[in-house]
Amino acid sequence: MHTVVLTKGVPDFREGQVAFDEDGHLERGATPTVMNPNDKHALRAALQTKVRNGGHVSLMSMGPPGFKEVLREGMESVYADDAYLVSDRAFAAADTWATSIALTTAIERLDEHVAEDGVDMVFAGFKTADGETGHTGPQTCWGLDWPILTHVVSLDIDEEAGRVRAKRLVEGDIEEIETVEAPLPCFVVADPEFEPTYRKAAHRLTHKDLREETRERAENHEEHVTVWDHEELNLDPDYVGLDGSPTIVSSVDPIPRAPAERDATMVDPEDGEAMRELVEEMAPLAGGE
Amino acid sequence: MSETIDDATGASDEYEQYEAVVVGCGPGGAAAAAALADEGVETLVLERGVDAGSKNVSGGLIYAEESAPYTIDGLFPGFREAATERPVTEYQLHNVAGSQVKSFDITDLHEHDTEWSDAVLRRKMDSWLAERVHERTRETGGGLLTEVKVTGLLREEGEIVGVTCEELDPIRAELVVAADGVNSELARDAGLMDWEEPEEWFQGVKAVVDLPDGAIQERFGVGDGEGAAHLFSGDLFDGVRGGGFVYTNEDSLSIGSVFHLDSVATELAEPHELLDALLTHPFLGQWLDDAEYAEREYSAKLVPDSKKAALRSPHQGRLVVVGDAAGQMQAQGPIIKGMNHAVTAGGLAAEAYAQAKARGDTSRAGEFYERKLRDEGVMEKLRPRRYEVASALGEPEPVANLADAVVDSAVGRFGVRLLGDRLERLYSSPALSMMVPDTRTPYVTLPTVIAEELGAPVDETNDVEPPELADRIGDLTYDTDVGNPHIELLDDSAAASGTAVTACPVSAEGFGGGCYRRETVASNGEREEVVSLDTQPCIECGTCAVVAETDWEHPRGGKGVEFEEG
Repeated sequence: MHTVVLTKGVPDFREGQVAFDEDGHLERGATPTVMNPNDKHALRAALQTKVRNGGHVSLMSMGPPGFKEVLREGMESVYADDAYLVSDRAFAAADTWATSIALTTAIERLDEHVAEDGVDMVFAGFKTADGETGHTGPQTCWGLDWPILTHVVSLDIDEEAGRVRAKRLVEGDIEEIETVEAPLPCFVVADPEFEPTYRKAAHRLTHKDLREETRERAENHEEHVTVWDHEELNLDPDYVGLDGSPTIVSSVDPIPRAPAERDATMVDPEDGEAMRELVEEMAPLAGGE
Repeated sequence: MSETIDDATGASDEYEQYEAVVVGCGPGGAAAAAALADEGVETLVLERGVDAGSKNVSGGLIYAEESAPYTIDGLFPGFREAATERPVTEYQLHNVAGSQVKSFDITDLHEHDTEWSDAVLRRKMDSWLAERVHERTRETGGGLLTEVKVTGLLREEGEIVGVTCEELDPIRAELVVAADGVNSELARDAGLMDWEEPEEWFQGVKAVVDLPDGAIQERFGVGDGEGAAHLFSGDLFDGVRGGGFVYTNEDSLSIGSVFHLDSVATELAEPHELLDALLTHPFLGQWLDDAEYAEREYSAKLVPDSKKAALRSPHQGRLVVVGDAAGQMQAQGPIIKGMNHAVTAGGLAAEAYAQAKARGDTSRAGEFYERKLRDEGVMEKLRPRRYEVASALGEPEPVANLADAVVDSAVGRFGVRLLGDRLERLYSSPALSMMVPDTRTPYVTLPTVIAEELGAPVDETNDVEPPELADRIGDLTYDTDVGNPHIELLDDSAAASGTAVTACPVSAEGFGGGCYRRETVASNGEREEVVSLDTQPCIECGTCAVVAETDWEHPRGGKGVEFEEG
């Protein structure tokens, strides 16, 4: 079993981390890069696979060399065995299409030349926090010509039979869950509702072993990262990066400023009379009026 | 599709199987697991806390007995260096009457049959043990898992064949070791233990008090690598039967009180107030400074009284029960030993299994275990024949009252004066301490008379103001299992469950922030006194299971209170 988990470094949009300039544009240099928050669901699904079915997990990302930090974080959470960074100036400013071409090529290379018995599964989160397109995963899968399972909330793999059975949200709706099957190899997009289950003591013991093993590996994570550029992947620069991107960004709207401050009335909780007035004032709201 | 994913692969049809499953990773479970692993047995250890020790409280002394076949450092080399606090190099018993105190040096009694004895804090100790246990059991195909709560015994055709768990599918095993503590779910499932009689239990309440660097050496007059133990009895607890203790840790004190639960219940005593009575006694002024006084942690636990509760046959089918779960807690006068017996029992259980396996019938492990407990003298320590005789003579109420009256009379007082310092030697007699009856006399009346007749007034002052119960609860760490309370009140009438309001160590009369509260309900023109329960502040001691009508089980794995000192 060899699985690949796709991850991406995105600006840390959490309050206190993200920086905007005066015009409301993101200040990329002043905002730290973190692992795309939605990728943790893919990592959890891949980890469950590694714990329950064993095998090798490779983390893969496309981005500048600084993404190695993101790979370390990913490596720690999925107990990855190694990591591949698709990184080259020629890949810069790629849209989702050009990104998918590069990732497809990298996965194929892993499948044909690195993984002993080929790659069995690829996991991806369902969208990134910066682009929010949700394109890259499905497009990469289209390039591989594999079946895709999206909005997956639980997963069971029968390696011998070469089949995957999954529960997925129909139309992304938690109220409607269907069970589907696919042959291996296949592409899995984990939903934020994905819950790994470890109901066997043996699974949990393996989990503990892997955590211990990974701790040492993550400390020297650089030794386990392979960087692939366009030459390594035998990719024509005309088909990747900005030149290979059909998307034309016509303009970027700055994020509007927050509306003016609201009026605030301060009430001392010790002041019984004022609190009583406050409760009376708020009582109609509690009734939903 | 109706079948679940696991059904589809047939995974749930076949339960996992381990050769041995040990439930609980306190000293008893750790000893059993390590000894089983040493025998090459595939051993799975299941612990419900987030970390071993996070659910465990003890007064704080662990012993290595010269006569015992197993000791904790024998099973876990390096134990004392890594996991304990200070050794006890000095042991005193203080008889208290008001501010009069008569102290006896009982170091000789303490050292009887003692190879060494150290103060411990359980989080540090048990989590250290757990790491070793995991390493050793992993080597034979098992390992330790935390945050897994075992809910009961797995049975097939009436036979015990394994355990059921909250977080895992059922697990089959050739041997199940119940080391799940004083409120053992497994011992109760097997019908070996119940929560009926308050007379069979003690309740201990403890505060771990922070001290500045060097204060222990200075105030207790001990060197580095030395420590002291002090016991208290007499009238400082308003006639409630029990006593107090002060043990020195590395840079803190374990100060606690331990009482017969029936006495706590009938006297409607508030456990935290009993602890405060000790904390604020002038005698402790020499060790505590009101300006710097800070509690690290407040905790409590039930303690089985082995004289009454130790199981004579702590096994059933493939189940063997060790430690507190089997009532193996020896509290006889000033002798308070529990963890060492749990360690021995764990070691013997493992030995018994190996022996049964060698004879080709693993189901005989329990029978061999019982025999070893007897042959190694453990059972005699837990249920001494001397006590059985003495208690039959001295504990029936008319006799107890007479003895109490005699001690307190002119005759008794004359006797105490006549004996004078020879009393110290009598108190140091291991044989006598085993006979101490569970009556007012040894716990309250005699120490009070001794202090009055022979003691001297304490000249220290103690202005310590212990924290309010609300603050003590507020300082504890909880991971509340919201919407899934682990205790259900079966009868909320004040008559059935009212005692819990006072006896619960995190509840009190007139205090709204605890587990149990008294409420008046008006219905159909009648007013009724009822008790209400909020399990959030629960510290899982089990007191209410004995004194109230409840359906009591532990919280799910990792949930509930998390002790950091223990």
